[in-house]
Amino acid sequence: MLSLENVSKVYSTRQGPRTVLDNVSFQLGRGRNLGILGRNGAGKSTLIRLISGAERPTAGRIRRGMRVSWPLAFGGAFQTHLTGLDNLKFVCRVYGVDYKPLVAFVEEFTELGIYLREPVLHYSNGMMTRLAFALSMAIEFDCFLIDEAMVVGDVRFHERCHVELFHKRKDRAFILVTHEAHVIKLYCENACVLHEGRLLPFPSVDAAYDFYQATMAERPEEVEL
Amino acid sequence: MMNTDLFNSEPALLKCLAIQRRVLHALLMREVITRFGRDNLGVLWLIGEPMIFTLGVATLWSAAGLAHGSAIPIVAFAVTGYSSVLMWRNAASRCSMAIEQNKNLLFHRNVQVVDVLLTRIVLEIGGATGSFIVLSLFFIFIGWMPMPVDLLQVLFGWVMLAWFGASLALLIGGGTAFSPIVERLWHPTAYLLFPMSGAAFMVEWLPVKLQQVVLLLPMVHGVEILREGYFGNVVLTHYDVGYMAACCLMLSLGGLYVVREAGRRVEF
Repeated sequence: MLSLENVSKVYSTRQGPRTVLDNVSFQLGRGRNLGILGRNGAGKSTLIRLISGAERPTAGRIRRGMRVSWPLAFGGAFQTHLTGLDNLKFVCRVYGVDYKPLVAFVEEFTELGIYLREPVLHYSNGMMTRLAFALSMAIEFDCFLIDEAMVVGDVRFHERCHVELFHKRKDRAFILVTHEAHVIKLYCENACVLHEGRLLPFPSVDAAYDFYQATMAERPEEVEL
Repeated sequence: MMNTDLFNSEPALLKCLAIQRRVLHALLMREVITRFGRDNLGVLWLIGEPMIFTLGVATLWSAAGLAHGSAIPIVAFAVTGYSSVLMWRNAASRCSMAIEQNKNLLFHRNVQVVDVLLTRIVLEIGGATGSFIVLSLFFIFIGWMPMPVDLLQVLFGWVMLAWFGASLALLIGGGTAFSPIVERLWHPTAYLLFPMSGAAFMVEWLPVKLQQVVLLLPMVHGVEILREGYFGNVVLTHYDVGYMAACCLMLSLGGLYVVREAGRRVEF
């Protein structure tokens, strides 16, 4: 069970304190999943960082009764002077896993070829994301944190991610945050909307979807370039 | 400062230590490869870099005749002195801004800010120690340095300097996470402390008034302990182990407190 109890996050800005998350609470059991919809700047990534433990809440408590992943396909922790393989070794050391049996999977999934043994510095964005995703899959977690905006790639990559995550690991829990309402409909059994710092629960994914679409219509999201 | 994923129960101490050891090992390997690469000498630069510094300073001081009129051979004086500087200065300098530079690692939940700092402290102190040992052995071998008189006391002085260096590094490393002003102030402070740190003089050489002033600095005591151990009673030394230990203890507690608070306020 993963639970958030009255979690708030306040950032200090030049204009004074700004509450990004206001008394957010929810629970997620093993094997269950939750979609969180929110427009740009709603606090989705902040919430993911708090759940992953990279940042602490200003108030409230996060209890992790299962192994929670780092944000899926997050490549920010790569040391770019290290090779892809070095980064795999690093992650394995941190989590106490033997890296050797995982090399084959990483090679196969990333399709990096000789570049797996080259510094990450020389990778394209696509290569970086593939490596990051493969490392997320290499370590066993009970609950995956998915920031949809982070998992960017071509159709083929998305299909492969889909297989790894939603087929091979369909027994795992996950939290998916996105601003794309249809993604939630596709993957999630429950949905919430992050709106003005509050996490609004809904009885069904459809209800969350409708509410989100309605608020979007009220104040259309800025067009992303 | 450790977390595990075990059902909210506080993890057993042993489990914590195992995680800590694992994380430090991972970070050490990462840091070594990042800093020194795999080309040419690789990890040997960890010792090579401080060695070059020390050799350069030893050459300059020999040319300037710094220890003139004293019973101490100049090379031995420079090696013991400058190595001591490396002990308290380098770890703190490397820890300055280290949290900011490594905060993405915190996404791996077992990695805590204190681990990032400990990694750099271990590497810097290890490098300085290696450099001191290699240079001493080399100069003893070619006869430019005498054998240490009391190896245990040398070791003791070294450990005290390491303690001082480590606690200072925690304080500076944690402090820079609060305000970049700490980093701006640290560099000039380190620069100005160097001539007062006891590396380039024996306390005995100074006028009594000045002695009282420099003995306020904890590292001066460390260098004096080290040199008394190395040269024996041909040198007159001034130090107070209790004073230095008390300073280190306060710095350690302050440092750990600042680091814990820094961990709580990391923002992206």
